[in-house]
Amino acid sequence: MDLSNFFVTGDPLILGSQIAIGLTMVGLVVLITYLKKWKWLWEEWFTTVDHKKIGIMYIIAGVLMFFRGGVDGLMMRTQTSRPNMEFLDAQHYNEVFTTHGVVMILFMAMPLLIGIINVVMPLQIGARDVAFPKLNALSFWTFFVGAMLFNVSFVIGGSPDAGWTAYMPLAGKEFSPDIGNNYYAIALQIAGIGTLASGINFIVTILKMRAPGMKLMRMPMFTWTTLVTSVLIVAAFPILTVALAQMSLDRIFGAHFFTVAAGGDPMLWLNLFWLWGHPEVYIVVLPAFGMFSEVIATFSRKNLFGYATMVLSIVGIAFLSMLVWVHHFYTMGNSAAVNSVFSITTMMIAIPTGVKIFNWLFTMRKGRIKFSNAMLWSLAFIPCFTIGGVTGVMLAMAAADYQYHNTMFLVAHFHYVLIPGVVFAVFAGLYYWWPKMFGFKLNEKIGKWHFWLFIIGFNLTFMPMFFIGLDGMSRRMYTYSESTGWGPWLLLSAIGAFILAAGFAALVYNIYWSFRYASRDIGGDPWDARTLEWATASPVQEYNFAVVPEVSDHDEFWNMKKAGRTKIKREDIKDIHMPSSSGIPILFSIALGIVGFFLVFEWITLAAIFSVLIIAGLIANSFDYDDGYHIPAEKVWETERKWRGDL
Amino acid sequence: MLKRQFPLNHVVGFLLSIVLTILAALVAMQTDFASNIKMWIIGTLAVFQALVQLIMFMHITEGKSGQINIINIVYSVFLAVVIVAGSIWILTTGHAAH
Amino acid sequence: MASHTSTPLEYSTKQNEMNILGFWIFLGAEIVLFSTLFASYAVLEGSTVGGPAQGEIFVLKDVLIETFLLLTSSFTMGLALHQMRDNNKTAMLVWTVITLLLGAGFVYFEINEFIHYVHEGLTMQTNAFGSAFFTLLGTHGLHVSLGIGWVLMLIIQILRRGITAVTARKFFIVSLYWHFLDVVWIFIFTFVYLKGLM
Repeated sequence: MDLSNFFVTGDPLILGSQIAIGLTMVGLVVLITYLKKWKWLWEEWFTTVDHKKIGIMYIIAGVLMFFRGGVDGLMMRTQTSRPNMEFLDAQHYNEVFTTHGVVMILFMAMPLLIGIINVVMPLQIGARDVAFPKLNALSFWTFFVGAMLFNVSFVIGGSPDAGWTAYMPLAGKEFSPDIGNNYYAIALQIAGIGTLASGINFIVTILKMRAPGMKLMRMPMFTWTTLVTSVLIVAAFPILTVALAQMSLDRIFGAHFFTVAAGGDPMLWLNLFWLWGHPEVYIVVLPAFGMFSEVIATFSRKNLFGYATMVLSIVGIAFLSMLVWVHHFYTMGNSAAVNSVFSITTMMIAIPTGVKIFNWLFTMRKGRIKFSNAMLWSLAFIPCFTIGGVTGVMLAMAAADYQYHNTMFLVAHFHYVLIPGVVFAVFAGLYYWWPKMFGFKLNEKIGKWHFWLFIIGFNLTFMPMFFIGLDGMSRRMYTYSESTGWGPWLLLSAIGAFILAAGFAALVYNIYWSFRYASRDIGGDPWDARTLEWATASPVQEYNFAVVPEVSDHDEFWNMKKAGRTKIKREDIKDIHMPSSSGIPILFSIALGIVGFFLVFEWITLAAIFSVLIIAGLIANSFDYDDGYHIPAEKVWETERKWRGDL
Repeated sequence: MLKRQFPLNHVVGFLLSIVLTILAALVAMQTDFASNIKMWIIGTLAVFQALVQLIMFMHITEGKSGQINIINIVYSVFLAVVIVAGSIWILTTGHAAH
Repeated sequence: MASHTSTPLEYSTKQNEMNILGFWIFLGAEIVLFSTLFASYAVLEGSTVGGPAQGEIFVLKDVLIETFLLLTSSFTMGLALHQMRDNNKTAMLVWTVITLLLGAGFVYFEINEFIHYVHEGLTMQTNAFGSAFFTLLGTHGLHVSLGIGWVLMLIIQILRRGITAVTARKFFIVSLYWHFLDVVWIFIFTFVYLKGLM
């Protein structure tokens, strides 16, 4: 690596961003130092093992990455808004669509969902934390370091440019000699470690830490989807680990997994990528289904319709999701048998998904629906997601897919799946659980602006893509001539994208406004909700539950309210054991980041030397016998009295 | 004070694994079956040996989570079959066959 | 005496039970990881362009030595755990050290084996077979090496603290890891070596 290429130079857009990033970072450091907040940050946040704080950090990181990925999206739509537009050149456009995809899936959708899971799931099952609190912190920090390493590529060394799918041989050394794709391979690897650890953590938490009486079939639906998603994480992420390792070995160490000349097989990459990539879609969409289930039940003031079929369909979706991956590359020239089998399994997924849609509709039937913002997002989800699902069934037919493959039709399809399926859910979840996290509600009126701008913008942006896709426009085209006739459609799409962005801005403003002005006097249960997380204070006490509740049925908090069992007695409160904070997760993750950075630049000796830090981290952790501490019952009682009023 | 029994389980497991290994090597190197039949035989022997390890050495059924452990391993083996058989099927038929 | 109650020491606390379950689930992930490596090997094993084929370089005798070293180490690891459950610290440590020596022997022979292949003209950079082979074997070997370091850490902790609920749990988990690597090796032995030699 020539050091003169260390910083990305040349483009005024990038130069401007570099200066902006530099100034922001200096500004942040100065501000924190000026406010004397370093110690507070380190003790309360960087070393925390509290699932709620870790969840909040995930959510903040996810929202920041949403902004970054969103800007990438806006740049793409600006570039294609008119024929022969000269806003980005082909190389820059390649980089932008690549980072847009990676950031949105891995650094936006994943952290937002894992963040909300972190905050909510332990509360829903009546637990005081996750099974492995320190591992949970490690999950967050490896994700964060991975995400930051990936983002650094923008200013140092150059971004990856072979698409978020990084297909071989294009993403190999021969056709992408720059280090951009090294960033892809290494950063995703580091972030992936954390995700796998989260998966294991959540599974054990749900299986072993439920409140007494909460049988599996009494768990809230969001907890069920978390369990199944975690199983999918454990099933799928090791495949990505191997695929990325093979990519790294090919690119950095001269191996030949994917180079045809030495007997390698580029299709092996596609095969492994989608063996992970398809379950990944369900990993992000299942918790979203869980959130909609909670929100719809709460605001229809009814229990969820068809609980058992809902569980069954989640498990069915998860099972099938491991058996459909070839539908991403029907056109590779498989035998007819391969394509037929995967065509059928793919279409079968529509069945359990359809079951869920009807369950939500029947939950609302004859309910007293309250049109809160969380509910609005859930209502909008159903028709939008159905469009995404139905076009998915069109794409599932192998023969027809030869026509749709890699066109804008596909792009429209997966945005109609992932935006309603994940982003709407995250918005619904944020409006719904915001008071649990921060102790105040987001403003409903500004929220309506957010909602309508986003919904209109979303449909305007992506609906035209169905038509130009069928008209033959392939994805990832950076320019086109006027004679194609796509100009008006793409202009409409660009306008939609900016309306969408305005919606996002409204959300940011809403957060700011509510933080400044919203009422803090909302009690533990502002929505009159049904599940156990609402039996705690807003924001939740550090120990979650003063007395772990006994569960007798679904929607236990609703039953407790009906039976007047929400109060607690002084004599039931005992000392509560809490895990201690630890600096090991963040330091260990930083060590991974340093080694990763050197690997990206193929400075093998440096990477090897600094690997000592990683080993030191493992050893330090092995000798860490910290057993946590206890909060005395008296202190718990005082805290409880404060938020419950007189008992 | 009771002395724990002789670790019979482990000794039997160890002997079984040695025997199964030698048997597999003999079948592979010293017999004249067609190679795909040999693969089936030694593959089966490998699965047996894995079971010996899981049950006799790893105490898979032990503890309160024995049932979960078994579901976990069965599911993982299912995934292993999907990944290995699926990849071979997809990547060595069709385009690769031409 | 604690070890004679119906539940062994390593299961005695809720946290221990969760750690053990968590590790089993991690082993599930490891099964998927190694399956992916096996799948890649199976797809690429015929791509021996520009280098030797399996049958030309594999030596059954060396592979059998490695296999018996690892099988025996799995057995002695089991005996160490047996002694742990008898609360017999000295015997436990003796078997653990023997396990480590056998493991180190395995790694030594494997490194020699790799050097032999390099002399025969097969490296990770030679062709797709070389890449898939060294990655699969290397991942396993790295796991064993990591396991040796891990067991060493635990020997120190057991010497210092004795057999407690925490050290017993840690040792039980490392023993699971060790046996698991043996299981992986059985499949490497069968589907890489025996298949390649046939």
